[in-house]
Amino acid sequence: MHPSPDIGIWIGGLLTLGIFSFLYGDNPYYKFCEALFVGVSAGHWFITLFWTVFIPKLLGNIGIAIHTFRTEGFAAGMSDYMHWSYIFGGILGFLMILRLFPKIGWISRWSLAFVVGTTAGYYFINYLVSNGLMQIQKTILPLTSVGNIILVVGTFCGLIYFFFSKEHKGAFGGLARVGIWFLMITFGASFGYTVMSRMSLLIGRMDYIFGIWLGMIR
Amino acid sequence: MGFFERLLKIDRRIIFTLIGIAIALPLFFNVSMFVETTPVVKGVYEVVESLPEGSKVLVSFDYDPGSMPELQPMAESFFRHCFSRNLKVIIMGLWPQGPLQANWALDVILNEPDIKAKNLRYGVNYVNLGYTAGNEVVILRMGSNIHAAFPADYYGTPLDDLPIMKGIRNFNNIDFVYNLSAGYPGTMEWVQFAADRFHAVLGAGNTAVQAPLMYPYANTGQLVGILGGMKGAAEYEVLADRPARGVRYMFSQGIAHAVVIFFVILGNVAYFATG
Amino acid sequence: MRREVPLLITAIVGLTLIVVYFVPHPPFSDLRDLFSDWFGVIAAFAIYLGILSLLKINVDKVYRKKSGWGFSIVTIMGFLLFVSVGLYEGSDFGEYGTSYYYLYDRIYYPLMATMFAILAFFIGSASYRAFRARNLEATVLLLAAFFVMLGRVPIGYYLTSWLPEGFRMGSLADWIMDYPQTAGQRAVMIGIALGIVSTSLRVILGIERTFLGGE
Repeated sequence: MHPSPDIGIWIGGLLTLGIFSFLYGDNPYYKFCEALFVGVSAGHWFITLFWTVFIPKLLGNIGIAIHTFRTEGFAAGMSDYMHWSYIFGGILGFLMILRLFPKIGWISRWSLAFVVGTTAGYYFINYLVSNGLMQIQKTILPLTSVGNIILVVGTFCGLIYFFFSKEHKGAFGGLARVGIWFLMITFGASFGYTVMSRMSLLIGRMDYIFGIWLGMIR
Repeated sequence: MGFFERLLKIDRRIIFTLIGIAIALPLFFNVSMFVETTPVVKGVYEVVESLPEGSKVLVSFDYDPGSMPELQPMAESFFRHCFSRNLKVIIMGLWPQGPLQANWALDVILNEPDIKAKNLRYGVNYVNLGYTAGNEVVILRMGSNIHAAFPADYYGTPLDDLPIMKGIRNFNNIDFVYNLSAGYPGTMEWVQFAADRFHAVLGAGNTAVQAPLMYPYANTGQLVGILGGMKGAAEYEVLADRPARGVRYMFSQGIAHAVVIFFVILGNVAYFATG
Repeated sequence: MRREVPLLITAIVGLTLIVVYFVPHPPFSDLRDLFSDWFGVIAAFAIYLGILSLLKINVDKVYRKKSGWGFSIVTIMGFLLFVSVGLYEGSDFGEYGTSYYYLYDRIYYPLMATMFAILAFFIGSASYRAFRARNLEATVLLLAAFFVMLGRVPIGYYLTSWLPEGFRMGSLADWIMDYPQTAGQRAVMIGIALGIVSTSLRVILGIERTFLGGE
């Protein structure tokens, strides 16, 4: 056994055990680690956004705009004026922060509306094309192999199942039933993969505890 | 109370202990296992193999430490593959933790003897553009102008000052996009924007939770291939002929799966036995 | 003003971004780029709103000495630690070898990784306690899960390597993933896509207004 001499690894190991202590029951050790996790996560987001968005994008572009105006005045080209647009982006962003103040929080709806409108506009096209039309296109297959038949029948019957505007009776109900079978296989496969994922994560932590921290695994 | 009734009411902490032992114990045994490769993983590998020297590969790190055991081995073996083939690697992240995860993987791979011997230089052979807020809108912006989405790299250096970024304006100048994803934003957004709108050649490495959701994209060709979970990482290591963490963890993974299946069967036997 | 202006903004922005797909030329392409740039900045401010909200709640808890206020101090100290080191390091904060990177590696990474790893115990326990083959559909679900779980690990190969190629556990798992699973997943995907398309249209046209909140 060769425990790590790095105090940081020991801190990491103790924090790991703190989270795992929840398995025995909720306790102050776990609560401490959980509270610390929330704080450092918020800190990491704060710093990352500060150095990757606010400084280079917001202040950087406004700085370029000011510099361009000082050197070229109104003779600057259209693309240079685009740098000024970041001021409006900054204002819209600042309006979002005003949500913290109940009396004037209503104005954050303008920024929210912009975000919702952007998302709705993109999603309308993207989901229609990528997740709708392209998937349907690739489901139109010649029924010349078992695989193709499975894909066509499975997709069609699965969609039939999700159509709740018509009662699932008779032939329609029969097709919906076939759809359920395919969906059960889908969910079973998803469950299998989910188990795989969770176990992988635990393997990583065990390797950290017994390998990196305690040095018991070569 | 009968035996099966007691079994059904067993304290869950006993189950936790058994799971912990099942996962930890195999790690102490250096058991090498045969890893079968699948066509979906080969899809990614073969695309990278076919890229000529000097091709530009964009790698998006869209995950956090919570998904490290699955995705970090994928990242490392992918970097190893790219650098050994003398490809140029452009790193970015749609998650704020992504660029740091990338630096972690870079530190491992760049110190391997055969890669170190190549004297790869930051800004010439690889670059880390870092993170920027906006989720899928960042991908859209990159489709028209990468420099607008990332005015500077992760360390504040303007992109115009980096030789690797010369001549790269949008996805038309990128030969392959590889996305490591643990959720949103991730592979689905890359498919919708980069692959479908801007016709980028796209491959994905996903957590096992997300991988089944991506199979329809692989079936349609929107994705050239998927690496799913730790098994996907192990397969890529086998294809690249450099077994590492992914392969090493497979024994533990197998025992874990067997234990879960055993618990499900035992639970059902006890349930039906008690009527 | 409080509702009409936001609805107008949503409609104009949403419609512009739909039109730009079909007319990817100026002025629509310029508007798309403009909106994308603003979106990034607003998204960053939205995250800051969340952070400030979190700090407000925790500071309030400490100030009023509410139950668990000691843990709120831990949260605030953790936040201040990362922010102060991150500001000190400057734009190189994420480079390998910096103090910030050390904190990320020794504090943030173990906490986050363990938070997710703990789920493995719960999924194992839930599988034992709740996963019952009560009917035929549940049995099909279970069997699919078994085949995939065994087929995706080397144990499945070793158990069935004596069988012909197409009948081994790995091949069966591949087949399940490539065909029936893909079909079911595709049906779900198309259904969700139709739902999102209709909701997006409702939002853009102002029929769906719940995002504006009350009043």
